[in-house]
Amino acid sequence: MAMSDNACLLSFLETRLDAAAWQWLTDACEKLSTQASERDLFLSFSLAVRKCGKVALTLNDDELIKANQRCTDWSPLTWRTDHAARISLLFSYPHDDAETFCALLDRLFQAADLGEAEALYLSLPLLPFGEKHVARAQEGLRSNVKAVFEAVAHNSPFPRDHFADDAWNQMVLKALFIESQLNPIVGLEERCNPKLTRMLCDYAHERWAASREISIELWRCVGACADDDALADLKRVLETGQEHEQLAVALSVKDKQPQLLDAYPTLHEQLTQGLCWHDLLANVKA
Amino acid sequence: MRFIDPHVHMSSRTTDDYEAMRDAGIVAVIEPAFWLGQPRTNVGSFIDYYASLLGWERFRAAQFGIKHYCTMGLNSKEANNEALAEAVMEILPQYVAKEGVVAVGEIGYDDQTELEDKYYRAQLELAKEVDLPVMIHTPHRDKKAGTTRSMDVALEHGLPPHKVIVDHNNEETVKETLDRGFWAAFTIYPKTKMGKERMAAVIEQYGSERIIVDSSADWGSSDPLAVPKCAAVMQERGISDEDIETCCYKNALAAYGQSGQFNESDWLDRDKIDQSNLFEGNSVLRGQEPFIEK
Repeated sequence: MAMSDNACLLSFLETRLDAAAWQWLTDACEKLSTQASERDLFLSFSLAVRKCGKVALTLNDDELIKANQRCTDWSPLTWRTDHAARISLLFSYPHDDAETFCALLDRLFQAADLGEAEALYLSLPLLPFGEKHVARAQEGLRSNVKAVFEAVAHNSPFPRDHFADDAWNQMVLKALFIESQLNPIVGLEERCNPKLTRMLCDYAHERWAASREISIELWRCVGACADDDALADLKRVLETGQEHEQLAVALSVKDKQPQLLDAYPTLHEQLTQGLCWHDLLANVKA
Repeated sequence: MRFIDPHVHMSSRTTDDYEAMRDAGIVAVIEPAFWLGQPRTNVGSFIDYYASLLGWERFRAAQFGIKHYCTMGLNSKEANNEALAEAVMEILPQYVAKEGVVAVGEIGYDDQTELEDKYYRAQLELAKEVDLPVMIHTPHRDKKAGTTRSMDVALEHGLPPHKVIVDHNNEETVKETLDRGFWAAFTIYPKTKMGKERMAAVIEQYGSERIIVDSSADWGSSDPLAVPKCAAVMQERGISDEDIETCCYKNALAAYGQSGQFNESDWLDRDKIDQSNLFEGNSVLRGQEPFIEK
């Protein structure tokens, strides 16, 4: 993490905070960087929400590009003023030594309330010594508080860049379990692996056996590494599924197994018209 | 009529209590950090206690339609274990400014020892630093002198009286508390502290300005419905609805509202009750049908 990442966060805040809040934040950051008092950090970290509010940043396109330049594939779409202010404070505190920084993070996490935990987990892709925070990220995914889970899993390159397959697979499967979306997970296609495909198909069979609905996003991670069993499941959806399920399978297999779609000209047509996951999911929601 | 119980230790109470409180018109509660009836032996117990006030208990209350706030502090009894008190003072900055923390408290004196004095003063300074009101627990023994001293020391540290709620008043302490400009809170206990009839008599004598009624219900013999019951007694005795509302709702709102964390809109516009929600995977239900408010 370079200080320029902090400058990036601060630039998002500068145009959104009122004068008093901005003054409070910059003063607090300055004090932390020069005096490095843990006590000041803890107090200001909590106070940030009282001073800077809890307003969605709703970044514009230029700002999202800027974020992506600072950290590849990072999209702070769900960040609020309190999140950004807290992480600015954290980054203002000296953080050159991995051991000291991790001990500090442990203390912040231990005492974190919901908003603070969200901020800390959202910051994972920006944190220095990224490889040291893998266990912490997995801890966040074990939470059943959806906002905390999504702070780790969504719009962040951290899991893609740092998780081994087992951790990755658990994250994807749990997202389905808690009815969170897969689409905002960065790296879904590239991290597909045969074990995940098998886990997802087993899950689909459980749902079928219980006559329960299956998220169409499940099929997204099946097409790329499908073995014979998985291909049979994909065919089953194409033959018996509803239209939005068929479209999901079509998207899932179009690159690796396009022959599955030979018998379905209408699906082909939708693909050539540029169907994508984003639009399909938006249609299903609507 | 709507009520606030601005001093009640809900962690020790049952879900039946929450239901009865909601049915009696209590919309918001403040749970001050206190001791647990027996002394804690290590700082980890404080960490988990503070976390439960901010997390689980708030969630649990919301499941019954009650907004839950808390105060953070090191109580006077446990201030007497110096090693532990030092460790607690070190972690307190991590909790005192969290969302929904409406005061530093309950702090003050129990035996009026030197150590109690030391940590009371340190926490008054902390309250000033984060600009929070202070909730003072006045001692059971040597009450009158202890109450005077509590106020003296608060003023000595530059706390303005309007930011300080002096709790557990009685007929002997109320006049001085009010005369010096502090908020005077009263705990209605079935047997000790203050009774409902006596409370009504205090209102008749002093009016309702800056007087706050609470239950301090906890793990001991106490009544989580003390505030609404006391209001009923006051009504029977002919005290005006306006006075009752002032001491059983409005004053608590004004006093703790100074934290910026205690707003009427929090409960007037609260989310509908949905008991199918989970907190870290846990539900308040044990197989019952979830109650979902329409």
